[in-house]
Amino acid sequence: MVDFGGWSMPVQYSGIIDEHQTVRTALGVFDISHMGQFYARGPAAGAWLNLLLTNDVARLDVGECQYTFLLNERGGVIDDLIVYRVEDASYLLVVNASKIDEDFAWMQSRLDASVEFLNCSQEYAGIAVQGPKSAQLFDAFFGGKYSRPARNEILTIMLDGAVFHIARTGYTGEDGFEVFCPANRAVKAWQDILQRGAELGLKPCGLGARDTLRLEMCYPLNGSDLSPERTPLEAGLSIFVDLQKPDFIGREALLAQKEKGIPARLVPFKMVGKAPPPRSHYAVYKNGRQIAETTSGGLSPTLGEGIGMAYIPTEFARIDEVIEIDIRGRRLPAAIQKRPLYRPATTVPVATLVL
Amino acid sequence: MNVPDELYYAKSHEWLRRDGASGTVGITDHAQHELADVVYVELPEVGKTVAAGDQICVVESVKAASDIYSPVSGTVSEVNEALQSNPALINTDPYGEGWIFRLTTEGDQAAETLQTAAQYREQTGGSSKEGSSGSAGV
Repeated sequence: MVDFGGWSMPVQYSGIIDEHQTVRTALGVFDISHMGQFYARGPAAGAWLNLLLTNDVARLDVGECQYTFLLNERGGVIDDLIVYRVEDASYLLVVNASKIDEDFAWMQSRLDASVEFLNCSQEYAGIAVQGPKSAQLFDAFFGGKYSRPARNEILTIMLDGAVFHIARTGYTGEDGFEVFCPANRAVKAWQDILQRGAELGLKPCGLGARDTLRLEMCYPLNGSDLSPERTPLEAGLSIFVDLQKPDFIGREALLAQKEKGIPARLVPFKMVGKAPPPRSHYAVYKNGRQIAETTSGGLSPTLGEGIGMAYIPTEFARIDEVIEIDIRGRRLPAAIQKRPLYRPATTVPVATLVL
Repeated sequence: MNVPDELYYAKSHEWLRRDGASGTVGITDHAQHELADVVYVELPEVGKTVAAGDQICVVESVKAASDIYSPVSGTVSEVNEALQSNPALINTDPYGEGWIFRLTTEGDQAAETLQTAAQYREQTGGSSKEGSSGSAGV
């Protein structure tokens, strides 16, 4: 168990590699109760969110979601999150555990008085079911009663008097669901999933596999790959930023950066030849000069190779460009790659590629 | 958890097998279990001289790089080359084929500074948190 954003979380159950491969080939279940849940409600809620978030909330129909950013005035990332439009005038925001208080305070201090804005993070639990067999598990629970939500859509149902949100989203690259429900219902839901999933090969998975799975997909982890000093344009995530919107916090800074030129790009890389796995905060060299520091790194269980990400100066941020990673004093070659580093067997639409 | 009686144990979860003037070193069953899935071992150089407690090599699991400390002073005489191609030997046989290096030692330092199996069992018998605090990064 480790501390993660104030939560005591398991790093692994059966082992990171075993859990990772189970998600890639069958089905894994993750406790994601540490994630934060906010609700924004009222006729003006959508317009208010649109002033704070980079993606265009107005494009969401009821039951749809989008990946988006909360930026500071400098265009730096406070948090990356998903906004679900659960009802006509009700939005669910799922934010990072370590940013719950900061996000809520930031948004609350800019609140439109007519919007009801609630932090339900303590009352809500979350469970992610991820893997190619997730559809079968859904049908085992709800077959005939509810149809599976489409990718990036959310189904809200009442189960024995409690609201359950079931979203077809995730952080692994595989098909799957994220379920948000009242905390007092979570233990039973977790046990039911383990029991019904058993015949599909489902296994519980910890933070370790969550990290290796997302890294293979090049999904950023806030606090590592995203920071208040970096914009979503530098992170290569501009498709989740709608600069056509007339106004949102950070827009001016992004326009200025675009005009001036984006100084660095977050790119994935792969070690060349046999090498120890890279980790975060390793120095990156090019032509004998340090040009960056890795933001994430590890061994890809699927590829069997060391992989990582770093903000590389734009002049070198090209596919196949060779850089050097300083691993305990040795500078070892790595090659910049196209993202994702792994493509799941189940096709994933663009919108979920960086969820 | 397996803690063979005939070995000596460091607080940082290395074991030492005494064999006259030389000793063999690896990491304990407890340590390999906490690390899980060892994927890379950076072996020490043969001929390197170390003091007890010096960082001597690195074992990498999927989740982290962990420093390994020499339990006694001495000179590295041999390293387990098999770990280069099969680092998982540390997981499957931590006290046998998963040994990491041998060193020539002076005097019987083990008895003075290291723990017996019973003491090590006591060290790791507490909460898992306490047990995992020794080997760096576990």
